[in-house]
Amino acid sequence: MDWVNAIVQGVLLGGLYALFAAGLSLIFGVMRLVNIAHGDFIVLAAFLGLTITTTLGLSPLVALALVVPVMAAIGYVLQRGILNRTLGDDILPPLMVTFGLSVIIQNGLLEIYSADPQKMSAGALETASLSLPGGLNVGVLPILMFAVAVAVIAGLQWIFYHSSLGRAFRAVSDKQDIAQLMGLNKAHIFGLAMALSLAVVGIAGVFLGIRTSFDPSIGPGRLIFGFEAVIIGGLGNLWGTLIGGIILGVSQNIGAQINPGWQLLAGHIAFLFVLAVRPRGLFPRID
Amino acid sequence: MTTERTYSISRSSKTSLVAAVVGLLVLVGLAAAPLWAGRADMRLLSEVFLYLSLACLWNLLAGYAGLVSVGQQAFVGFGGYMLFALAIFAGMSPLAAIPLAGLLGALVAVPVALLIFRLRGAYFAIGTWVIAEVFRLSFAQISALGGGSGTSLPVALVKSIASSRSMREATTYWMALGMAVLVLVVIYALLRSRNGLALTAIRDSELASQSFGIDIWRHKFAVYLITAGLTAMTGALIFLQKLRISPDAAFSVNDWTAFVIFIVVIGGIGTLEGPILGVIVFFLLRETLADLGSTYLLILGAVAIVVMLKAPKGLWGMLKEHTGLELFPLSRRVVKDKT
Repeated sequence: MDWVNAIVQGVLLGGLYALFAAGLSLIFGVMRLVNIAHGDFIVLAAFLGLTITTTLGLSPLVALALVVPVMAAIGYVLQRGILNRTLGDDILPPLMVTFGLSVIIQNGLLEIYSADPQKMSAGALETASLSLPGGLNVGVLPILMFAVAVAVIAGLQWIFYHSSLGRAFRAVSDKQDIAQLMGLNKAHIFGLAMALSLAVVGIAGVFLGIRTSFDPSIGPGRLIFGFEAVIIGGLGNLWGTLIGGIILGVSQNIGAQINPGWQLLAGHIAFLFVLAVRPRGLFPRID
Repeated sequence: MTTERTYSISRSSKTSLVAAVVGLLVLVGLAAAPLWAGRADMRLLSEVFLYLSLACLWNLLAGYAGLVSVGQQAFVGFGGYMLFALAIFAGMSPLAAIPLAGLLGALVAVPVALLIFRLRGAYFAIGTWVIAEVFRLSFAQISALGGGSGTSLPVALVKSIASSRSMREATTYWMALGMAVLVLVVIYALLRSRNGLALTAIRDSELASQSFGIDIWRHKFAVYLITAGLTAMTGALIFLQKLRISPDAAFSVNDWTAFVIFIVVIGGIGTLEGPILGVIVFFLLRETLADLGSTYLLILGAVAIVVMLKAPKGLWGMLKEHTGLELFPLSRRVVKDKT
């Protein structure tokens, strides 16, 4: 029973990892940019949620209505102001600039909030659970998180393939110069892609903050989980990313079931295993 | 009638000759530091040398071979742990254990490279980070090496380096200086060689160098192994100075990769002089601003972003562009022969 429980919890945890990963996957797909500060933005969103819930006395889920637009705005400004100037053939400038951003966000949060672990309270929702047949109890919050992850990925998928914004994303992704000739402003499109990416980060950050305690230093770890989910699932495939997140979550929980010290290690090993046998991920769509 | 002029290709210049003489004098002066410097100064200088070594190695990896790694702490920590393991389990003298730690570092880099070379560009970078995390979590599981809380180097082994404290400090200082010199010499010799020419070509354009028949994968693989081995040796020396190791300190991304990247980016990536200038700037900043704590890191991050946006070739790149200065005779130039 413990094992079934570990796997079910792992699947649900995978939803959160897919939320970490979706934004990363999106901007890589559109502009081949890897944001090293991605994890730190997740933590930034969690702290933003914390400030909003404590000062305005709102529930974290309501706070999402503020966190998501604020993060999206940060994303747009960041892309137009800084990141667009780093894009080109050389991969080093975007890498270094987002690395610098990561250090700035981490230490900025440290200055403001100190290194103490914080947590957001979602009231009764945190302890509510459902009894499943077979004596299994599953928390309502993890189920909600998983449902949100599926909804976010379905939403992104819809935007990407069924909206004019998605057409613009795919156009600049295929050939930036031609897209520009067709009347698309690529600087603006990239700005929108980063805004969308950080909007998802906003959701991920708030759920992270409800689920576990967090402090300014945990960003890089979240980046790594998101990255692993993207690679396991296959680059450019959002549903693959969800499956990647689930595989990662299940591996970690199985590892923890064997020995608590192996939780993170088991996730990394699952990732390296996939890299060894299927270097392009399980469901690759783009190179 | 015009007189016939002959031209030839030369690498050395008057500047590089002067730089070599000055460099040697500085080296002699630094080697004599136990005679003129205090204990604290020597510790600081050792740290400067070891950071210089890490920076030059990262520069070789990222600046020349195009392998941008944010996981070099994997090899720093691995080297440190190998020193402790060889000393504690095999009773090996630290002096003998250091080169062996380097060799083991290069060996362990073989399977690592085979795996992560499947990732490209920025994803390669994060892949190296995952490897470093795997190393950190694995060493934290080894209870014979203190598990998550780490272990200290046995006193008897420390004393086997030299009997008196001042002699021990001088020995570790010389080893740190020797490490930096070794790294500089290896990289300089590599870049002057045929393979170095290939590497420089890869740095400038992968596509063009491939069309000239350069086996890019093989060159990158070789550079990765050399860098891993020398990084592990440097790591062994770093923890010989500290006398204590723990997983979090050994595999710290901030200490062994972030700072190193800042040094190289600020100094100038893709040049041999850049990391040297960078390490001087970094330690000047650190010694004046370190009291500010996290504000200092904020400033460092901002400086790195500004340098990357405004002067992507770093301080040395700027200097070189304006003056054509080159201290290490690496690039070839056409000179008119004297008649």
